[in-house]
Amino acid sequence: MEQTPYEYDVLVVGAGGAGLRAAIEASAAGASCGVICKSLLGKAHTVMAEGGMAAAIGNVDERDDWKVHVTDTLRGGQYLSNPKMAEIHAKEAPERALELEAWGALFDRTKDGRILQRNFGGHRYPRLAHVGDRTGLEMIRTLQDHGIHRGIDFHMEYTVFRLLLDDGRVAGALAYDRERGRFRVYRAKAVVLATGGIGRAFRITSNSWEYTGDGHALAYDAGADLIDMEFVQFHPTGMVWPPSVRGILVTEGVRGEGGILLNSDGDRFLFDEIPALYKDQTADSAEEGWRYVVGDRDARRPPELLTRDHVARCIVNQIKSGKGSPHGGVYLDIAWIKEKISNSEDHIKKKLPSMYHQFKELAGLDITKERMEVGPTTHYVMGGVRVDAESQMSTVPGLYAAGECAAGLHGANRLGGNSLSDLLVFGKRAGEYAAAFAREEGDVSLDEAQVEAAVGEALEPLEREDGEGPYQIQHELQDLMQEKVGIVRIESELEEAIEEIGRLSERARAVSAPGNREYNPGWHTALDLHPLLVASEAVARAGLLRRESRGAQFRDDYPRKDEHFGKVIIRAARGADGEMVVEEIPVEPMSDELTRLVEEMG
Amino acid sequence: MAATRFRIWRQDGAEGEGGYRDYTTDVTEGMVVLDAVHQIQAESANDLAVRWNCKAGKCGSCSAEVNGNPRLMCMTRMSDLPTDRPVTVEPMRAFPVIRDLVCDVSWNYEVKKKIAPFEPRPPDAEDGTWRIAQEDVERVQEFRKCIECFLCQDVCHVLRDHHLHDEFVGPRFFVYNAALEMHPLDTADRLASLKRDEGIGYCNITKCCTKVCPEHITITDNAIIPLKERVVSEFYDPLKKLFRVFSGSARA
Repeated sequence: MEQTPYEYDVLVVGAGGAGLRAAIEASAAGASCGVICKSLLGKAHTVMAEGGMAAAIGNVDERDDWKVHVTDTLRGGQYLSNPKMAEIHAKEAPERALELEAWGALFDRTKDGRILQRNFGGHRYPRLAHVGDRTGLEMIRTLQDHGIHRGIDFHMEYTVFRLLLDDGRVAGALAYDRERGRFRVYRAKAVVLATGGIGRAFRITSNSWEYTGDGHALAYDAGADLIDMEFVQFHPTGMVWPPSVRGILVTEGVRGEGGILLNSDGDRFLFDEIPALYKDQTADSAEEGWRYVVGDRDARRPPELLTRDHVARCIVNQIKSGKGSPHGGVYLDIAWIKEKISNSEDHIKKKLPSMYHQFKELAGLDITKERMEVGPTTHYVMGGVRVDAESQMSTVPGLYAAGECAAGLHGANRLGGNSLSDLLVFGKRAGEYAAAFAREEGDVSLDEAQVEAAVGEALEPLEREDGEGPYQIQHELQDLMQEKVGIVRIESELEEAIEEIGRLSERARAVSAPGNREYNPGWHTALDLHPLLVASEAVARAGLLRRESRGAQFRDDYPRKDEHFGKVIIRAARGADGEMVVEEIPVEPMSDELTRLVEEMG
Repeated sequence: MAATRFRIWRQDGAEGEGGYRDYTTDVTEGMVVLDAVHQIQAESANDLAVRWNCKAGKCGSCSAEVNGNPRLMCMTRMSDLPTDRPVTVEPMRAFPVIRDLVCDVSWNYEVKKKIAPFEPRPPDAEDGTWRIAQEDVERVQEFRKCIECFLCQDVCHVLRDHHLHDEFVGPRFFVYNAALEMHPLDTADRLASLKRDEGIGYCNITKCCTKVCPEHITITDNAIIPLKERVVSEFYDPLKKLFRVFSGSARA
């Protein structure tokens, strides 16, 4: 271990959009700031975001403003969001988008040279600032290139193993260097978790190896509350063929540009599945849907742009009823727009360049000519660390969370495009408040014994010779979550899953990953098991407790919404005996102004 | 399903001696090289080090040399490779190896810090926003697509064979310079630094970088040559040279 600890006012864990934005803000506030990331800088999952960032700038439709955005977000979240967070998000997103432009980001433009905005599921007006279908790359590169000139230290390819505490307050972190296997101790007056999601707990996912619920488990282990963990977003359109790319995301932007979903009979099945809550906002003919796509302001959006939870479930139903495509998906067709516009091939390549590329290279399919096969893929977790709406501080003093690993904004379902804006709005706030906390609360001290115990624990898999390998346990967990805690859930299976997660946790405590400490993937996988298991257990337990279907949670045994569960969210935390405790707590109350807005906008 | 042979570079730490080791694994329809490497890792080489992330050609982490060609492993389909001989997989050779297929690319991150950052002109509108034409956005999009996989750096002979890392920033950072220089809002001047510190003159436009770019950026023609032209007209234009002598400008 390196003996001298690194010392920062603010330590940020994660270098995606939220982590980078937090670090930039903390450092602008005068705090010394270090960022720890598992990958190289600029590779975090933000890079994969395609469609755009939602911000009610109103450049394309001046009827849009924060009030419409907040009500769209609350409706999309089935009224379980923290209303204050939804309000802050809607109000501050435009400023964050414009600020990105001042730092060098280039978005696509309107005819008069302003930022162009596109349609997306659940958003009433064209709202997503975007650059073709590679908005995430533009965003992360802008933040990265801006950040490297701000005196921030980047610790690349380090993984945080444990948060260190000083009398209940966060005091730093123990991390290991993935390249060389050395431990490093960080002392910090405040820590911002920005570690992203938990997608690797499932077999079919759009998430990379990094998304193992690290921030969720670090916070949980430190005594923080998690909320909303039952709500895992299954994106309706992931690739299904060939097998090796199963789960890779196909952007909602395809549907935003006019792509339609068809079953094996060639029916546009979503027209028969429009939920009551969205009846008034949804087109009732293919003709009206197309008018919406091309910008007719009197047209309502096509059913393909209903919320992700709903579209994903409808796809599953088509497949289950035998109307799926040959490889177990449904068809997504953008090529059909050639009936409507003469230069459709160029248009598609220009609007969706990376989708064109992705299908061409990975599936040998030309999306300007052929239909794609798509199916649901685990994409995002709405649940995460419970934070204060204004400051993003968790229930542990000095510990902040922002982006996907935090919870509250999205409620039961996240709208597409609200993630990139979430990262910026709350990343900035977390950085700002963490810097202020560090300034006001003063120094912390590290407890040697805590550090040594954690190091010992981390080394166990390397030193143990007779245990089973970590990959087997990881694969079994992924299969279990996919089969029993997936898109359609039922009490008996959730109970079985919880028991099985307990058994897998036992086995995880006895794994072996012999070999070198340098870049040893077996060892890394062994250490990833704990966070994956914590996150999985929270998803399953919260899913069991919520005896209703709402947003991303669909319970076959309780297929309808339940009034009681519309008023509560589920909190998971470590109990006194070390076991996970889940309980209902009331939804954060809505201000009178918001209540009025929600009523007005329907 | 077909058993396919692989020769994969194994190296135990930066100082360790490296060499190829043979593996065999079953290749199924649609598999890419990265899938095969992962399968080998799971089946018979648990400690095989490989860097990867998005597995969709968007993050640029899994750069390596496949049968001697610089490629993203996640975008190289097995069905496109010859089956009559083993598939060779080795790390990028222009950078030091950390372990197996993973190399130390930190030099690139240091280089970037030295390039003058984006500096916008004052906002065009009172609300602090700018007006930009879509054509101007599109002109630089090509450069901004770069995923920083560093394959262009790997193949550039100035770095790979002549090791001029202290005097030459490589194709990736000429693309980066081009993105900034041609950004419709940028006002900073990077020409002196391109000539003096970044060694653009060393590039003799063999276009190897363009050939390997997984994002199909026309690096040489669209980024490097225009930058070279700007440098030339800035520093070698006889009238400008004369002007500098009399104005006492120290920029050359």
